[in-house]
Amino acid sequence: MSEASFPLLSLTTFAPLVGALFVMIIRGTPEEVARNARWVAFVASVTTFLLSLLVLVNFDGSSAEFQLVEYQPWLESAGIGYKMGVDGISVWFVLLSTLLSPLCILASWRSIKIRVREYMIAFLVLETMMVGMFCALDMLVFYIFFEGVLLPMFLIIGVWGGGRRIYAAFKFFLYTLLGSILMLVAVIAMYFAAGHTTDIPTLMTTQFPRDMQMIIWLAFFASFAVKVPMWPVHTWLPDAHVEAPTAGSVILAGVLLKMGGYGFLRFSIPMMPLASDAYAPLVFALSCIAVVYTSLVALVQQDMKKLIAYSSIAHMGFVTAAIFSMNETAVAGSIIQMLSHGIVSGALFLCVGVVYDRLHTREIARYGGLATNMPRFALVFMLFTMASVGLPGTSGFVGEFLILYGAFEHNTYVAAFLATGMILGAAYMLYLYRRVVFGALTKDDVKAMLDMSPREIAIFVPLIILTLWMGIYPSTFLDPIEVSVTKLVENYDAALAAAQSGAALVTGQQ
Amino acid sequence: MFDTSAFAPALPEIALATSVLALMMVGVFSDPKKALGRVSFLAVLVLVGTAALVVITGTDYRVGFGGLFIVDSFAVYMKILVLIAALCGLVMSDGYIRREGMARFEYPILLCFATLGMLMMISANDLMSLYIGLELQSLSLYVVAAFQRDQLRSTEAGLKYFVLGALSSGLLLYGCSLIYGFAGTTNFVALAHEMATMESAPTGLIVGLVFLSAGLAFKISAVPFHMWTPDVYEGSPTSVTAFFAVAPKIAAMSLILRVMLGPFGDLIAEWQQIIWFISVASMILGAFAAIAQTNIKRLMAYSSIGHVGYALMGLAAGTEDGAGSVMLYLAIYLVMNIGTFAVILSMKIKDRMVENISDLAGLSKTRPGMALALMLFMFSMAGIPPLAGFFGKFFVFSAAIDAGLIYLAIIGAVTSVVSAFYYLRIIKVMYFDEADETLDAMEGKAMKGILLVSSLAILVFILLPQTLAGYAATAAASLFAG
Repeated sequence: MSEASFPLLSLTTFAPLVGALFVMIIRGTPEEVARNARWVAFVASVTTFLLSLLVLVNFDGSSAEFQLVEYQPWLESAGIGYKMGVDGISVWFVLLSTLLSPLCILASWRSIKIRVREYMIAFLVLETMMVGMFCALDMLVFYIFFEGVLLPMFLIIGVWGGGRRIYAAFKFFLYTLLGSILMLVAVIAMYFAAGHTTDIPTLMTTQFPRDMQMIIWLAFFASFAVKVPMWPVHTWLPDAHVEAPTAGSVILAGVLLKMGGYGFLRFSIPMMPLASDAYAPLVFALSCIAVVYTSLVALVQQDMKKLIAYSSIAHMGFVTAAIFSMNETAVAGSIIQMLSHGIVSGALFLCVGVVYDRLHTREIARYGGLATNMPRFALVFMLFTMASVGLPGTSGFVGEFLILYGAFEHNTYVAAFLATGMILGAAYMLYLYRRVVFGALTKDDVKAMLDMSPREIAIFVPLIILTLWMGIYPSTFLDPIEVSVTKLVENYDAALAAAQSGAALVTGQQ
Repeated sequence: MFDTSAFAPALPEIALATSVLALMMVGVFSDPKKALGRVSFLAVLVLVGTAALVVITGTDYRVGFGGLFIVDSFAVYMKILVLIAALCGLVMSDGYIRREGMARFEYPILLCFATLGMLMMISANDLMSLYIGLELQSLSLYVVAAFQRDQLRSTEAGLKYFVLGALSSGLLLYGCSLIYGFAGTTNFVALAHEMATMESAPTGLIVGLVFLSAGLAFKISAVPFHMWTPDVYEGSPTSVTAFFAVAPKIAAMSLILRVMLGPFGDLIAEWQQIIWFISVASMILGAFAAIAQTNIKRLMAYSSIGHVGYALMGLAAGTEDGAGSVMLYLAIYLVMNIGTFAVILSMKIKDRMVENISDLAGLSKTRPGMALALMLFMFSMAGIPPLAGFFGKFFVFSAAIDAGLIYLAIIGAVTSVVSAFYYLRIIKVMYFDEADETLDAMEGKAMKGILLVSSLAILVFILLPQTLAGYAATAAASLFAG
């Protein structure tokens, strides 16, 4: 672990916050303020993205160590410091967050009309929290960013959301808070058990007693399972997704859900390997239920956003099952699947946003025949539908294939359930596409809808490129991921083996 | 010829007492129209001067008045908090008491006397000086609670506070006499020595300790001795509520800390379960009872009950870190409450004070600055990072977990989610609802300044948590040194 001379990660993390400060001091008439706020926020988020590209350039993909590490003493008396760094897993999530943020701001350009300044501030603060969370190498710092996400998201759903926005915002906030506050208790317990440190790399090498692992694993699980979300604590997600403004849904699906998966990879597995092994069947059971059950629920949805929300739960079920299969293929697949899902489901929500901005309804039955008057939209929507289904050549295929392959190695039954989910996934996505895009163009207001504007196309272009890139040449992403994943799996296997030989020794002595 | 060095440790208190007596003269001999303004201004100066004296005289361990009075880092830390609270309370009252027909010069003087009582409480090193300080504080506060004497609500609040306060003082005094009877001394140092040498504590002493804890629990409005709090908070003039919410709580908490960890430190096995129960009950009641409130002053009463529960969590740990965490918690609590009450004291529609939560509807559009500040305070009280309130909770949770009180920490965690609900409700009213009537703009530079400073403090605490945590740690260490 080499100390970086230049605080690139902090710069990336806090650049949006600086942008937010600028937005805050804009003066002028309401129209000027709105226009300038949009531009400043866009420039700030693009700058952040460029900075995060610099992070990628400076990142050595052949090393599994934490890189670009920064350290600042912070709570000295408690031995807690501000520490940042990325490895082959987190660097991609940082990029995903910084990529989606400017696109979200573009997508909100016209659809957010009230309180534009506040909206942009909330979004930039949200971006800081997201990026910081993936970069944090200290558990308290991680926790602060992890929970800090709630503040702007609560406001984004509550102020700019749809009809039941207040219910959705409260449900989102309280559900997530309950999960994460239990994690805080566990974090503190680990802090004392590891000798007064919350340094993540140190905690990863600390061997906690098995009994303790079994308890703190549950506390972490409470937090991450709500975030992922896993069945049966998923019910906040459809509400939050449906009521949030388009950009809010994109960030929720694209980044916030990944916080749970990332949490499992960063904390549960490396720090509590014995408990992860013991609780894996529980995770498999919940994941299989999630995959099959939410896919069936998605089939009968009348609301486009709700359908995609349920599909997200199903896709994340794949991810959790893969993570706890604990072989290199499955774990690498889970990361690719998370990245792919971040892009694809984000794009699908943006597609819904495109038609919602025109007709102001998300009801599937109100549409039909869009292929005739919106051919460009039909094409884009098709590509992402296919990516969500997992068609070869798109990013969805790579992730799902690796996951199924890895899960099959670990447990055939789990793989069978996941495969069922894939079939159902194809069913509900194609059914959605047929009802919205195909069929006769009969409704007058639908006929009057215009095809995508250049701004909207500009939003989709980077997402299309990435989806195809990840689908056609995944090695760009997979190689650095695999280096880190290999280390993760090796350490996990070593911990299990050590525990087993320890147990064998005890039995031998008796 | 008497020895002046015995009085030296109490120099700030003596200065405050004589200045306040002089202020009474100023008030009486001034033109009645100008008396309040003049006395208020001088009272602010006196409080600032006292704070300066407290700082200048330093944190060295000193005992005065034949062992009745003590000065150490802990006392200085707590005195500074109390003086800040009193100062802000006084400054924030100004506009309110003029509008509500309470513009009499006795008001600042009574607040100063109450403050003097609190400083005495903090420096008490003997059950007798403890009681005298407590009574000086309480008597002054009974009067200010009923200061709107032509209003039923205010007089009722004053009377309730007096009756229940007298009851609690009685309990406390009875406890003190039992302790004296069984230990043979009232001095904290001597008591500590006595406890350390005793083989097992006599039952009478334990009963005395229980009575003493009950009396003190009354003063910090911890469950099950909290009943007076919502009524007194609601009925008292808002400026008085703002004062009640902070300064006396801090003073009484410092008493509890000193008594429990000092003379009775060796009896931790006896009192830990009491504090554990009080803490849990306060957190639960504070969280659930606040949900149904519509009056923001009542809501703040329940919220303060909850916060006391969290602070007591650090005491239940009974460790040096625990005491430090309570002190840190109190400092953050002070800032959050002062800021919140700055907003509550500015809640008026067409010059009429309002105090329903629904009156805040749409505040984010009509008064964005006020709404933003109140939102920060609410998120902070709910303990959401990156705001200061989170660190308060974090440190008390760590102290509790370090002392093996895992269930206490878990209960605290769960109740903090429940209480987040009602803090969020205020944000919801301000940000998600539409305005019916516009609140008047905030008046007074001082009020705006207090709001600005307190919200900034809540926001940037995360950058320098070590500064305050360091002070609190030093102060806690001094509590364990003796």
